[in-house]
Amino acid sequence: MLAFIARRLFQSVIVMLAVAFIAFMVFRYVGDPVSSMLGQDSTLADHAALRERLGLNEPFYIQFFSFVGNALQGQFGISYRLQQPVSQLIMERLPATIELAFASASIALVLGVVLGIYTALRPRAFSTGVIMTASLIGVSLPTFLIGIGLIYVFAVELKVLPSFGRGEVVDLGWWRTGFLTESGLRSIILPAITLSLFQLTLIMRLVRAEMLEVLRTDYIRFAKARGLSQRAINFGHALKNTMVPVITITGLQLGSVIAFAIITETVFQWPGVGSLFVNSVAVVDVPVMAAYLVFVALVFVVINLIVDILYFIVDPRLRDGAKSGR
Amino acid sequence: MHTSLTRIAAVLIASTMLAGVAQAETVRWARSSDSLTLDPHSQNQGVTHTFAHHIYETLMWRDTEGTLIPRLATEWYVKEGDPTVWVFKLREGVKFHDGADFTAEDVVFSLDRARSEGSNLKQLHAEVAEVRAVDDYTVEVQMVGPSPLYPNNVTNTFIMDKTWSETNNVEEVQDFAAGESNYAVLNTNGTGPYMLTSREVDVRSVLSVFDGWWGEAPEVTEIVYLPIADNATRIAALLSGDVDIVQDVPVQDIERLQNSPGFKVETGPENRVIYFGYRFGDEPLRSSNITDSNPFDNPLVREAMELALDRDAIQQVVMRGNSIPTGVATPPFVNGWTEELDQYPAPDVERAKELLAEAGYPDGFSVTLDTPNNRYVNDEAISTAYVGMLGQIGIDVTLASRPIAEHSPIILGDETDFYLLGWGVPTFDSAYIFNDLVHTKNETHGTYNVGGYSNPELDEKIISLGTETDLDARNATIAEIWEVVKADRVLLPVHNQTLAYAMREDITLPVHPENQPNMTTVVFAE
Repeated sequence: MLAFIARRLFQSVIVMLAVAFIAFMVFRYVGDPVSSMLGQDSTLADHAALRERLGLNEPFYIQFFSFVGNALQGQFGISYRLQQPVSQLIMERLPATIELAFASASIALVLGVVLGIYTALRPRAFSTGVIMTASLIGVSLPTFLIGIGLIYVFAVELKVLPSFGRGEVVDLGWWRTGFLTESGLRSIILPAITLSLFQLTLIMRLVRAEMLEVLRTDYIRFAKARGLSQRAINFGHALKNTMVPVITITGLQLGSVIAFAIITETVFQWPGVGSLFVNSVAVVDVPVMAAYLVFVALVFVVINLIVDILYFIVDPRLRDGAKSGR
Repeated sequence: MHTSLTRIAAVLIASTMLAGVAQAETVRWARSSDSLTLDPHSQNQGVTHTFAHHIYETLMWRDTEGTLIPRLATEWYVKEGDPTVWVFKLREGVKFHDGADFTAEDVVFSLDRARSEGSNLKQLHAEVAEVRAVDDYTVEVQMVGPSPLYPNNVTNTFIMDKTWSETNNVEEVQDFAAGESNYAVLNTNGTGPYMLTSREVDVRSVLSVFDGWWGEAPEVTEIVYLPIADNATRIAALLSGDVDIVQDVPVQDIERLQNSPGFKVETGPENRVIYFGYRFGDEPLRSSNITDSNPFDNPLVREAMELALDRDAIQQVVMRGNSIPTGVATPPFVNGWTEELDQYPAPDVERAKELLAEAGYPDGFSVTLDTPNNRYVNDEAISTAYVGMLGQIGIDVTLASRPIAEHSPIILGDETDFYLLGWGVPTFDSAYIFNDLVHTKNETHGTYNVGGYSNPELDEKIISLGTETDLDARNATIAEIWEVVKADRVLLPVHNQTLAYAMREDITLPVHPENQPNMTTVVFAE
């Protein structure tokens, strides 16, 4: 087990270096940070001087190695746009994104599993058809459209929920939470629903498909023959065996929700790392973009590691397989 | 009986007291982006300046008509007998938010700081040789040579407290190239009507009224500044009552907001002209099928292109009425603009085709148009419309559309044959336009003269504008330069942008031509 984790950590480092390398290569084509920083009133001489000082004239590999060197020491530089340390900016905005991701993942997971089981156990009911069709709508509509639609219905027309922002927040040490205030809880409802729709559909259909498959297997039939109650069969045996692929997908989805809740954060003006990234791309704020992509790689790597460890716990076959060295 | 009389008296007295106490009015103000920094000399950017004008103040600034008015300076004049020195008389009895007195040494410190290496404002003070305090309320600015228009350049140069800056180690403007942050990025001490109460970058900033301000107490006592990036969300926030004033209103929402009960839209001209530029010189264009000449270099071709441009159609269809078509590449507030220059020819497709044939391009030619797509109002749509118009006269245009972060390097790197750009004139004087757009490109001038237009006679006249102290002679020179610029069609202006602010019906915030409205101008309906 330990060797397994060590190997995965080593692979993770390689993944992050590769991401940083590709990101750096791409940044050369995203635009010129200097003209964004200096504005209309500057001379060409000023532009050249700033390029020199920022080290933008250095060859690519030198820029890359100094970035990696600094990153290993925890130094991600200063944002060109906001002129504050990048690590501080990301840390400040991380709680907002994580809370949003957590809220939406919870909704998606709970509702997805429940609806998935329901539609698997009653494949021919009318309500199943309604749920499956409605879920398709949730997947086909783009996130920003759903977001704007929800804002118009609940904020503009009904005036029951706020139209943007995170509401009042409470500082718990370093972490800023919106869960402890009424306005915070009200503000997270719409963005969490918007963000959860896609995942919910995915999880629901996956659970349904897996359960339908598992319910057809021999050991389920033998369990029925043995006289086990339907409930024991469905939840004690069938559900557990469907969870492995569901955990994989949920893990990957959670990673992508944390990393790329960008659209939802922009639509709802949610002060997370996603909207920080979008604002940075618009002005080619390279330090923030580079740090953000490395951070995203880290998130995926960590989540995948946790998912793999969970396999071990959930699936006895893997545990036994490892022990007997097969 | 006795008790109830007392009660009635108490209520009456209480209500008169209430009438005497000023109402606390909070205004929630939404824009598309946040101020970049609170360090007043670090960035020369509109949104940052607009926010700073509430906390800090400048020597003079512009009102909603665009006129230069006194602020921290009550008088300004050229020194008697020495045309290279500007004298500024300062307002007395002004206090900083921390209680310190405002004196000449703060002005000297601030102007020197604005001229320093790390400041993005230094280009505006390039002609300054030295700043000195004559006494506590008089400052002399020694220019390199006679500079009749220097006061136009101080309207966005804020005054900081020297002692506060020294105490907090912010005498130097932040050097983010060296990777440093500094105290002034998040903290302030100004003379302005509002003090900073809290700041969460890209989320919300709160300003509260400063009781010790020298001016008339504003009606707005608290400002909550809310950057909301998404256009639809910003308008939804206004409609749902979550914000009171929206400054950046997308053109397509103006009509709808005007028709919504409970809301209104204030509009006014903006100090920004949108124009097309093209390459001069006889080197063939990179993106054209004509390989032995440069069509744009031929004045007949340029005339044809202007005759193909239907500015009124663009105003009606693309801008939905929200633009002011113009025939000269300057907004109307700028010194040098005249009604004659503003005239533009009616579109004439037949004549344009004739001119092209005369010029030697009977089959037209092809070229690429570079346009930004996220900087000016409907910029890409304007370019797309013009592509269609040029197609009618036989010019086959390929449209290359990019975000401004990628468009700017192409402009500054001289890699374009034909482009769209917008230009604001913060000094409200034509010399600003000439210096950057018309003068031959060199180390100090013509930074945005992308087409490479070069007219040495004009260059001389442009340079003379910097030092000519006889205002009549200067204005005459400006008129001469504009005549040549218009006759040569150095640039092809389309229109001036208009600004629209949307707000709750009972609030009035007048439109400011530089898009720098100030909450002290807000009036609440009775």
